[in-house]
Amino acid sequence: MIKAILIFNNHGKPRLIRFYQYFAEDMQQQIIRETFHLVSKRDDNVCNFLEGGSLIGGSDYKLIYRHYATLYFVFCVDSSESELGILDLIQVFVETLDKCFENVCELDLIFHMDKVHYILQEVVMGGMVLETNMNEITTQVDVQNRMEKSEGGLSAAPARAVSAVKNMNLPEIPRNINIGDINIKVPSLSPF
Amino acid sequence: MALKIVKGSIDRMFDKNLQDLVRGIRNHKEDEAKYISTCIDEIKQELKQDNIAVKANAVCKLTYLQMLGYDVSWAAFNIVEVMSSSKFTYKRIGYLAASQCFHESTDVIMLTTNQIRKDLSSPNQYDTGVALTGLSCFVTPDLARDLANDIMTLMSHTKPYIRKKAVLIMYKVFLKYPESLRPAFPRLKEKLEDPDPGVQSAAVNVICELARRNPKNYLSLAPLFFKLMTSSTNNWVLIKIIKLFGALTPLEPRLGKKLIEPLTNLIHSTSAMSLLYECVNTVIAVLISLSSGMPNHSASIQLCVQKLRILIEDSDQNLKYLGLLAMSKILKTHPKSVQSHKDLILQCLDDKDESIRLRALDLLYGMVSKKNLMEIVKKLMLHVDKAEGTTYRDELLTKIIDICSQSNYQYITNFEWYISILVELTRLEGTRHGHLIASQMLDVAIRVKAIRGFAVAQMATLLDNAHLLTGNMQRMGICEVLYAAAWICGEFSEHLENPMQTLEAMLRPKVATLPGHIQAVYVQNAAKLFATVLKSQEGNTDSTAAQETSQLMIDRLPLFVQSANLEVQERASCILQLVKYIQKLQQKDVEVAEEVSALFAGELNPVAPKAQKKVPVPEGLDLDSWINEPPSESESEDEQPKAIFAKEEPKHSRPRREEVDEKELAKRREARKQEQANNPFYIKASPSSQKVYQEAPGVEHIPVVQIDLSVPLKVPGLPMSDQYVKLEEERRQKERAEKKKKEKKKRKEKRSGRGKKHDSGPESEEDITPAHQVDIVTEEMPENALPSDDDDKDPNDPHKALDIDLDNLVEAAARRPLADSEKLPVRSHRAAEAPKSPTEDGDATSQEPKKKSSKEKREKKKDKDRDRKKSKEEKKKKKHKHEEKGEDLLGGEAEEPVVQSEETNEVAAPPTSTSAEETATVAAAEAAPMPEATSGIAPDSEPDEPKDTEMEETKSSKHKKKKQKKEKEEKEKKKKKKHHHHHHHSDGGGEEAVQNGTVEEEEPLPPMSNYCLLAENSYVKMVYDIQGNLQDGSQVVVSVIFENKCDSFLKSMEFNVLDSLNSKLQRPEGSGPHDGLTVPFQLPPGVSNEARFVFTVQSIIMPQKLKGTLTFIVKNEDSSTHEKLDFKLHFTCTSYLITTPCYSDAFAKLLESGDLKCSSVRLEGVNMPFHHLLARICFHHHFSVVERIDSCASMYSRSIQGHHVCLLVKVSAQTVSIDAKCDEPTLLGNVLDEIKQTFSQC
Repeated sequence: MIKAILIFNNHGKPRLIRFYQYFAEDMQQQIIRETFHLVSKRDDNVCNFLEGGSLIGGSDYKLIYRHYATLYFVFCVDSSESELGILDLIQVFVETLDKCFENVCELDLIFHMDKVHYILQEVVMGGMVLETNMNEITTQVDVQNRMEKSEGGLSAAPARAVSAVKNMNLPEIPRNINIGDINIKVPSLSPF
Repeated sequence: MALKIVKGSIDRMFDKNLQDLVRGIRNHKEDEAKYISTCIDEIKQELKQDNIAVKANAVCKLTYLQMLGYDVSWAAFNIVEVMSSSKFTYKRIGYLAASQCFHESTDVIMLTTNQIRKDLSSPNQYDTGVALTGLSCFVTPDLARDLANDIMTLMSHTKPYIRKKAVLIMYKVFLKYPESLRPAFPRLKEKLEDPDPGVQSAAVNVICELARRNPKNYLSLAPLFFKLMTSSTNNWVLIKIIKLFGALTPLEPRLGKKLIEPLTNLIHSTSAMSLLYECVNTVIAVLISLSSGMPNHSASIQLCVQKLRILIEDSDQNLKYLGLLAMSKILKTHPKSVQSHKDLILQCLDDKDESIRLRALDLLYGMVSKKNLMEIVKKLMLHVDKAEGTTYRDELLTKIIDICSQSNYQYITNFEWYISILVELTRLEGTRHGHLIASQMLDVAIRVKAIRGFAVAQMATLLDNAHLLTGNMQRMGICEVLYAAAWICGEFSEHLENPMQTLEAMLRPKVATLPGHIQAVYVQNAAKLFATVLKSQEGNTDSTAAQETSQLMIDRLPLFVQSANLEVQERASCILQLVKYIQKLQQKDVEVAEEVSALFAGELNPVAPKAQKKVPVPEGLDLDSWINEPPSESESEDEQPKAIFAKEEPKHSRPRREEVDEKELAKRREARKQEQANNPFYIKASPSSQKVYQEAPGVEHIPVVQIDLSVPLKVPGLPMSDQYVKLEEERRQKERAEKKKKEKKKRKEKRSGRGKKHDSGPESEEDITPAHQVDIVTEEMPENALPSDDDDKDPNDPHKALDIDLDNLVEAAARRPLADSEKLPVRSHRAAEAPKSPTEDGDATSQEPKKKSSKEKREKKKDKDRDRKKSKEEKKKKKHKHEEKGEDLLGGEAEEPVVQSEETNEVAAPPTSTSAEETATVAAAEAAPMPEATSGIAPDSEPDEPKDTEMEETKSSKHKKKKQKKEKEEKEKKKKKKHHHHHHHSDGGGEEAVQNGTVEEEEPLPPMSNYCLLAENSYVKMVYDIQGNLQDGSQVVVSVIFENKCDSFLKSMEFNVLDSLNSKLQRPEGSGPHDGLTVPFQLPPGVSNEARFVFTVQSIIMPQKLKGTLTFIVKNEDSSTHEKLDFKLHFTCTSYLITTPCYSDAFAKLLESGDLKCSSVRLEGVNMPFHHLLARICFHHHFSVVERIDSCASMYSRSIQGHHVCLLVKVSAQTVSIDAKCDEPTLLGNVLDEIKQTFSQC
């Protein structure tokens, strides 16, 4: 079982949190802080598994994380999950994000947290791996997005237009913070 | 209206959406909190509007704020509103918000039930999907109960997208509503073979999660998973399955044997590291579960270790980590093969990655030996000094202690060294493991008598330097060590060189800053020290010194009397008064030392930590019953303040109580030793240490190695452990030299030239003799301690509720139908509640308490029996190997209930397993709650073995198991009845054909038993049952229960039967054809027991009667008489039938084949519900229901010689017509006659 999925940036600012077990909000923030503290002090060339988060889980739980450019993707899992499998899953998730957002960067996650959630929902459900096939995930996400658009119809158009205008006024949004090294060596990605 | 909508959408343009909110927060970095609070105000306004779009937008923003740590539970109702929007866009937002912030105590959740149900049945698959996803995060027990049925329906949805989500969410439902597991399981199992890989993967996922917690219930799925494993190419699925097998193999070693080969193949063939790693892991699990020593296993171990070495040597840190992780699993059982990679592991200890270092530390545990312990610990101590983070350092500390103390300090040759290591560890800054060090010090000082002198000296130094430990607040954790130091110095004060100095140190004013519990120990042990000092001083005939000591106590103790800590205060004031009194006596020149030290006389023995728990409750003592009438509520409140005072009273008498005189104590000790010696449960010291004890009575006087204290130390007076490494090295060298000398001498004496012994080779473990004669005192356990290991189970584990037996459900569902109470609750009108018969409920309750106690008693024995049984089965398996070669996974011996359903997945082939019979009896047991009748009806394929006692034991264990199972089910049923009885209504859609396993049980069945009376007289009563043996088509097993009806002892029972041409009793080899069989037990008054006899039969188409006699001796106190009892054994044709499940398609094929002869029978005036009728046929005549449609059912059974018997039972009014087909008409006719007779009797 996956107990929690946390995405935060290099400064510990949460970009997406998804707990599959209930924690009160302040506890959640504490967990994020602790996890960030544990993960951020690790070099990039050490292993991606980490024990010793005291707030979440206990001895059976492990933190499995990947660091992409400015973002940490941390999965807290118990012993029923395969460690390397989860690493691959993170890769699948990130690549899916990359596909859906077309060159995903941290800003996409900042401004479209809801969309990231919807994508995640197609990958993991209730703490269990739902789908690992990237094409299947993107297909389902696309269909749902199309439904949303068609529902929005005319009435949503003006809102979108305004939103577009608002975005135009923001020259500072750098579109080039690439998620970067997507081709990190994944030991067993190919057969999946 | 239209205008309003347009206006709304225009308004919306200028509302803040999520992006605006995020942007706003980013632009207000300085006053973020303030900005957010204004935003929340806006959101509150938006939520008040009618427009759902505005609301959805607001909820979306709240979801974002929730991530930032803001509590948004106040908007829970609005979230529900958005969830119930008809538009997918908004619905999705609502469900997302709900999944992020709803939890079990959110009260609006109960409002969502109907909305979720609506969404689940929505024609739009994405509405359903969104609802399922949301529900998976906030499902509560109520939701789970109410929606379980809807979700179960979705498991067969046409869209795989929904199917896989429904399958996954079932796990959450099971967790919250365990009762749903049994009814949902068959469908879940079906999904394992779903055409869609996603659904299949989800099902595997769920079953793996379930099986991880309660693996034994899922053993029966092993063949299916095995098939999946060999056929699937999806690595995700494979990983899960292989992990599952890892959990199953410890329960079923035969499974492991089958697994090794395919797993090894996978290891060689796969390119995916994750899969390879899991395979290695499971192979390790298999090897652990198998008994070692078989030749082919060493190859597998070698392969694993070799692969792991490759992983560890890999430059990828992840693989290195995992390699070490897996290595530590091998370590437990095959330490030798890991030890050869010591170099690699020690190397990892220096890795820059902390995770890897930690894993390597774990492995070190198994690397140590007597030889290298010191060296390894030295290395670790270096790490301790270098380590930067406290977590890692604490881990190192605990590891050092673990390594040293493992298996009763097995590897420690020099305890002085160990004590100094512990003392060195006390210098760690800010560790939180002070108590761990303290307990080690105590443990060693108490249990290793020889070390006490040294330990006391060290502890005295520690106490003297206590200021170094307590100096700064950061070190508070470590001051726990002083607790141990003070206690050791006090308790073993006779070893102190300068007790006066230590006493001084313990009474320093600084001590008052220590935590209360430590001060208390200080005060108490100061008194002990005082006693010792007095004793030494009084011998000197100089009374002033003694009086000075008393004065010191009187001066210093008041500091503690003022302590805020109650314990310290109490002890201090007691001792202060005592000392004052002593001083008075001293002034009168009275010798007091003897009496004072008598206060602390007697030695404490170490007591095992679980000793208290293991004291058995004496017979006849009920701990739950009140001794007096329970006081009323109001009374107890009044009494509370009184109790506080009452508690203090015994204080005054305490000192006196301890003054038991020496003689009495010695006497008691002697008596206890005697008792312990005679008591098999008392764990005595290991023989070796006992020997030491005898050989060296003066262990205490062994000279302590002198330590050169001139070496610069961090804490003055404390030795460095490093010296010991050197010393030890020298010592060993010396020993070796001596040995060599001796050898040389011998050689000289012998003068033989061929003695070319290795003289400089590495010394073996045994060569290293401990520096001290060590006498490790073992921990004391109470007499009659119960040898149980289940103390550590967590009673709060949510998965415990899911420990539900699924075997019989899966395999012969028709015989063990889901009870009415186990149906998932379906929405229905509550008024239509079916009348429940009270009889069954009553039955169950009256049965339960009676059996409970016996169950508990048996529990202990069960484990033992099971072990024996397993090994026996192994043996038998070899015998039967020729019968099924690779046909099924587990070897086909379905004697053990756990592997019952091996064959159920082979649909077409007529199953050949006796297992069905087992379940039949279970089913029967459930239907007929009669304690005696249900015992061990199961057929036993054992050829009659001469080892009668063993046979009996096996049986009785089976006996017990079944009873337990029954009991469990009864309990389950009862519980459910209590809680959810208003939910039990069948669908009403009775038109649907009910496949195998879901025969509805409208009304409870009356009790049934297959045991019928064999014979009876005033001494003994015999009832019997006959079952066919599947393994051997010519054998039937007769189970006879003998019941002693008189007040005398029955012994030497002999069972004999006059064989006919067709049927013969199987007698042990070497006995004549007319000899009787000895019944393998004796019967005390009122006791019954069961014995089994195997008969060989040739033709089974006709019923038979055999005459027989039971002879036995009735033994009274004074006399014994021979008695006999004649009986007639009736072999009905039914008894040759074996309950065999059959699938409807196989059944149809069989009927079409045309080889079967037809016959029919009509029963008039049968006045019982149809399902009772079916149950009776199933139970008494060993049939299983193939398919049931309304009042018509097809049934199937098979004889031990392979005849198929098919029935079609129809009922109209009170007439039952049975059309039957069988390939042997005579057999069929007889069976039908017997069925007819069954129904004419009732």
